[in-house]
Amino acid sequence: MIKINSLTKRFGDHLAVDNLSFDVQPGEVLGFLGPNGAGKSTTMKMLTGFLTPDGGSASVCGFDIQSQILQAQKHMGYLPEGAPCYGDMRVKGFLEFIAEVRGFSGAEKRKRVEQAVEQVELQGVLGQSIETLSKGFKRRVGLAQAILHDPQVLILDEPTDGLDPNQKYQVRQLIQQLASGSNKIVVISTHILEEVSAVCTRAVVIARGRLLADGTPDQLEARSRYHQAVTVALAQPVDTQPLLALPGVRDVEIQREGRLLTVVAKPGEVIFPVVGQYAREHAWPVLELSVERGRLDEVFRRLTSEEAA
Amino acid sequence: MKNLGVIFKRELRSYFATPLAYIFIVIFLVLSAVFTFYLGGFYESGQADLNPFFNFHPWLYLFLVPAVAMRLWAEERKSGTIELLMTLPVSRTDMVMGKFLAAWVFIGIALLLTFPMIITVNYLGSPDNGAIFTGYIGSWLLAGGYLAIGSCMSAVTKNQVIAFIVSVVACFVFIVSGFPLVLDVFSGWAPQWLLDAIASLSFLIRFDAISKGVLDLRDLLYFISLIVVWLLATAIVIDLKKAD
Repeated sequence: MIKINSLTKRFGDHLAVDNLSFDVQPGEVLGFLGPNGAGKSTTMKMLTGFLTPDGGSASVCGFDIQSQILQAQKHMGYLPEGAPCYGDMRVKGFLEFIAEVRGFSGAEKRKRVEQAVEQVELQGVLGQSIETLSKGFKRRVGLAQAILHDPQVLILDEPTDGLDPNQKYQVRQLIQQLASGSNKIVVISTHILEEVSAVCTRAVVIARGRLLADGTPDQLEARSRYHQAVTVALAQPVDTQPLLALPGVRDVEIQREGRLLTVVAKPGEVIFPVVGQYAREHAWPVLELSVERGRLDEVFRRLTSEEAA
Repeated sequence: MKNLGVIFKRELRSYFATPLAYIFIVIFLVLSAVFTFYLGGFYESGQADLNPFFNFHPWLYLFLVPAVAMRLWAEERKSGTIELLMTLPVSRTDMVMGKFLAAWVFIGIALLLTFPMIITVNYLGSPDNGAIFTGYIGSWLLAGGYLAIGSCMSAVTKNQVIAFIVSVVACFVFIVSGFPLVLDVFSGWAPQWLLDAIASLSFLIRFDAISKGVLDLRDLLYFISLIVVWLLATAIVIDLKKAD
């Protein structure tokens, strides 16, 4: 597991990570969210031993990241932002190098490289030098080196950034496959919110180096103004004024000249049945009626801009 | 310590993965031959030794060794692979030593390829082969000194050209520190012991003795400690600058 305790890092006058504390339990896929420059990468760099904290402490699998960093690094796989690899090496040579650094040799080394290659589907490019690969393949090489030693903790810094939708899908599937049914920890930093709902069991939002929210994606969605809101698509505009009098209704937003309504619920209220009933009773020309789970991007924006204001 | 070998192997291979290694070796061999036969007057001296060959090494290395050293760390920082390397379970010593040794062995290979020189001098006369052997050891140690300085300079900057120029200047200072050029700056105000200390740092004086076949333990210690100190400085600089 990962324990982070009042971790702080400053670059000159700029406080990149400010007294950050949280734990990650085995089995969790943690989405590490925040706008650019929020301190996500800096936190990951400190966890993996690339940067030294200016204050606070953290441990990975029980090993302190300052005094026992080599031990901690053995239990971690890390994909740095942009997936840097030695460009002049061939894919196979590079993965063998990583396997050797991880302490494998002989048949075990071959097996590990083979497994990692299979998991991220690199079979076709083994003999190519890394600098000639496309962005998607480079990312996969980066992933392969991170998972090669089957680490207890996997830390991925923006693993899908800059990939096309198919590649994003593949990477997400891989992450889910790695995390499923094992007691591993996966930490993913991202600013793409769909990713969090897609793969994470828990989301931590930070901005300006400080923790803003921590919960499951559902809990985060529940903090949205649009949680439990009812969207009504209509053939004709209708009179929406009486809706406001219904129990639990907080507001009605009107779009498309009155043909698309979003009925916002008061916090903790469920309004779908009453709105549905009202529409039926008044014979509204309803084309579509649905409940919103909440809009993560809206929660994200509100959380991070409140912080900025 | 096991990882030192892994890093060493990767680095040494990477030299030969690009044309860099071959270009370096060819230029080194051509230049050392030119210096020996034309500038050094190998035939004209009429002596069966390799002094005309070794005498130019401090100047030849002045430009060639920084060219090898400049990429050691600057390239890792520029391409971001330093983050990958430093988050692998490899100790700082293994990294710095592995990279340095690979570069040193690479230069050693280039140096060994000058063996036709030994054959020539043995064909023409009967030289003191012990002195020639010592000369090679001295030359390799000298290259190690330059390389350790270059490794530190390469860690200071992301820019390989800057690393190259700064290492050339730093190495030049070490070459000429026994000369009036440097000593005059200090003489007049600095105490004699400081002048002696600065003069004793000179590569040239140390190397002259070794290349003539005199392998003094003090000279050996000088080169080894010089290398160790600059590699320690490299490790410190990397820690300070890695994230820039």
